[in-house]
Amino acid sequence: MATEDRTITPFPTGLWSQPQPSVPPLGADEPVQRIRVPASLRYRYNPGTATTRFLRGLQDKKIEGEACPSTGDVYVPPRGMSPTVGLPTTEQVEVGPNGTVSAFCVVHIGFGVNAPPTPFVSALILPDGGAVSLYGTILEIPIEQVRIGMRVEPVWVADDQLSTSFQNITHWRPIDEPDVAPELLKGHM
Amino acid sequence: MPDEATGELLEAPLVIEYPFNRTTGPVIGAFLTALRERRVLGITGADGRVICPPVEYDPVTSEPLTEMVEVGTEGTITSWSWVANVRDGQPLQQPHALALVRLDGADTSMLHVVDAPSPDAVCTGARVRIRWASEPEGLITDIAAFELTGES
Repeated sequence: MATEDRTITPFPTGLWSQPQPSVPPLGADEPVQRIRVPASLRYRYNPGTATTRFLRGLQDKKIEGEACPSTGDVYVPPRGMSPTVGLPTTEQVEVGPNGTVSAFCVVHIGFGVNAPPTPFVSALILPDGGAVSLYGTILEIPIEQVRIGMRVEPVWVADDQLSTSFQNITHWRPIDEPDVAPELLKGHM
Repeated sequence: MPDEATGELLEAPLVIEYPFNRTTGPVIGAFLTALRERRVLGITGADGRVICPPVEYDPVTSEPLTEMVEVGTEGTITSWSWVANVRDGQPLQQPHALALVRLDGADTSMLHVVDAPSPDAVCTGARVRIRWASEPEGLITDIAAFELTGES
């Protein structure tokens, strides 16, 4: 979490009508005007059986979804059931690792300890063989050149840093392949 | 339930934190500024009672309050409960009392922590004094705890 304080800009006239109180002399140079009061909820997260299988696959640099037994659509990360027909997914299917940018935006205000320097591109990436897109950051290309349909590959952390975490993929970067037509990405965001 | 393909289920800490950064306004700001100077301010209510911690508007008439006054750094416990099982984030990491403390010169009580050896040592009416943080920074936690003076 960033700790620097930002300059306080005055409220527009009339927005803050609270009168100034009379205060006993405190001998303080800088009155307190702003405080950090973080509120946190601490959980122990249990991803369940299907997502546990997915995370174990990531440790081996494999992106594994699970197929809907009715439609064959491969959901990744798998949650154990098909969201469209409600049936349990039982068949594991490896997808990617390469994928296609199905949507993106340029982030100008980053937050979180792992945010890259701004501006950067945050994107949805449809892994090859998957029915739904994954969140990822696109780096190693000027932001104005990122486009829907662009082909990308994941960049993994060093082998000795691999864990059962989606953070194994540090970011995605372009590969030298023709763009995918945007209409083929419909319904896969 | 673990299955054969999965092995042990994974589990990880997940912390959802909202990093609120709040403007204090002039009244709470003055209260916190005073704490940084190891002093405590209340505010005079519409009926003349001293409210500490100070509030910005009168609790009965709703009118803005503006007359801040200094109160003491010792006070009296008006109500309390014992925290036997300490959880993360609480002000003391050993069992302690949470108490309403009416500081000398104030007519209302503030909720804070009392560092006491056992619940047997705490009683309504017990006198307490502020133990200041070693480096006050303008937060309510500049009052590290109240400690018993031994009087009641």
